[in-house]
Amino acid sequence: MTTQFRGRYVDSVVPVTTTASVRSFKMRGDAKYSGVARVVHEWALAEAIADYVFKTAPSAKRVRVTVRLGELQAVDEGILEFALREIMKSEGIECEVVLKREDCVLKCRKCGYEWLLKEVEFGEEVREAIHFVPEVVHSYLKCPKCGSRDFEVIKGRGVWVEEVSWE
Amino acid sequence: MMVAQGDPRLAVIGRRLARVARVVPVMSSKGGVGKTLLSCLLALALSERGARVGLLDLDVTNPTAHVVLGADLSKFPEEDRGVVPPLIGGVKFMSVAYYSGENPLPLRGWEIDNVVREVLAVTIWGDLDFLVIDTPPGIGDEVLDVLSYFPKHEPLVVATPSPLTVTSVRRLLKLLTEAVKGELIRVVENMARDNSSIIADLARKFRVGFLGKVRFDEGVDRAVGDIDALRESRMYRDVSMIAEKLL
Repeated sequence: MTTQFRGRYVDSVVPVTTTASVRSFKMRGDAKYSGVARVVHEWALAEAIADYVFKTAPSAKRVRVTVRLGELQAVDEGILEFALREIMKSEGIECEVVLKREDCVLKCRKCGYEWLLKEVEFGEEVREAIHFVPEVVHSYLKCPKCGSRDFEVIKGRGVWVEEVSWE
Repeated sequence: MMVAQGDPRLAVIGRRLARVARVVPVMSSKGGVGKTLLSCLLALALSERGARVGLLDLDVTNPTAHVVLGADLSKFPEEDRGVVPPLIGGVKFMSVAYYSGENPLPLRGWEIDNVVREVLAVTIWGDLDFLVIDTPPGIGDEVLDVLSYFPKHEPLVVATPSPLTVTSVRRLLKLLTEAVKGELIRVVENMARDNSSIIADLARKFRVGFLGKVRFDEGVDRAVGDIDALRESRMYRDVSMIAEKLL
């Protein structure tokens, strides 16, 4: 199955039985961040988490943040954790970061079929597009059973603060 | 010990907009009144007058502002601690179309809200005098998100002089005047063909500003996708007068 991407057709929505294709999903961006000029947008997400912590626990000097990372957005854990620690350090806050990856589960609203993102193979550009705005998965994926694009991501979308704890 | 949980994106939106002086969502509850063209031309006209301008296409499921501007969707916007909107015709332009391309993007309400949160959380606008926002027709998720997520905004309501539009826009003005101070709401008549005062009267009734008329320009569609040609259009000249009044 192919779909149009930026004026050309790319392989993107072929349901596969292997889980291997999804492993490369999370390996993107500048793996060796430190010191490079171009900083991927995980930094912006780390700032969002940091701002959430600052607003939730404005006077805390020591916090523990548990962040759930949905498989669909494929956030680079290393960069996110590094960025979050750097931001917290710059504010004089000692921060323990716990990252939990959540598998992505999709469900068709038309026929009720449920499937895993792991069963889907995307091209590199499509993965990148979904990384920035996870909902654009609807542009590149259909229900493997009935072909409807009216499905929902019932688990594993993106970044969610599961717990901030402080004393 | 104290514990909390939630969506971190909402916490950072204020930071992303901190250096944006004025937010102008271009709205109309009626479709086909020319919001997208007007949004794009307004952004270009403000920029031509020396303002630092951003344009956000918030018509999430059907973005088309990139078509008006002739934006190149062949590459993603640059990343630098977030997503940096490319400069097009002097305007920083952001759209979900960079990621969805020209494919259908059918979304339910909560998914639209998720897109809006994501885009607002990661887009690095920097210093702007104006952020113009193109919104879809109706009073749905995107419009409600603008009212909820933008701490201050100055809605620009677009209306055409037709009874159906008037009925529709009246509902929007009722909603807006409940949420925003009247002096911050402005109405523009688009596709004006005669000396009708129906839209100006509507603005007066709601005690909101009336910025004037943009005449119907049958030739403007031929200029779509070409910024130089757009700037030569009659519609651009009229929108430029609206821009002057906003400055």
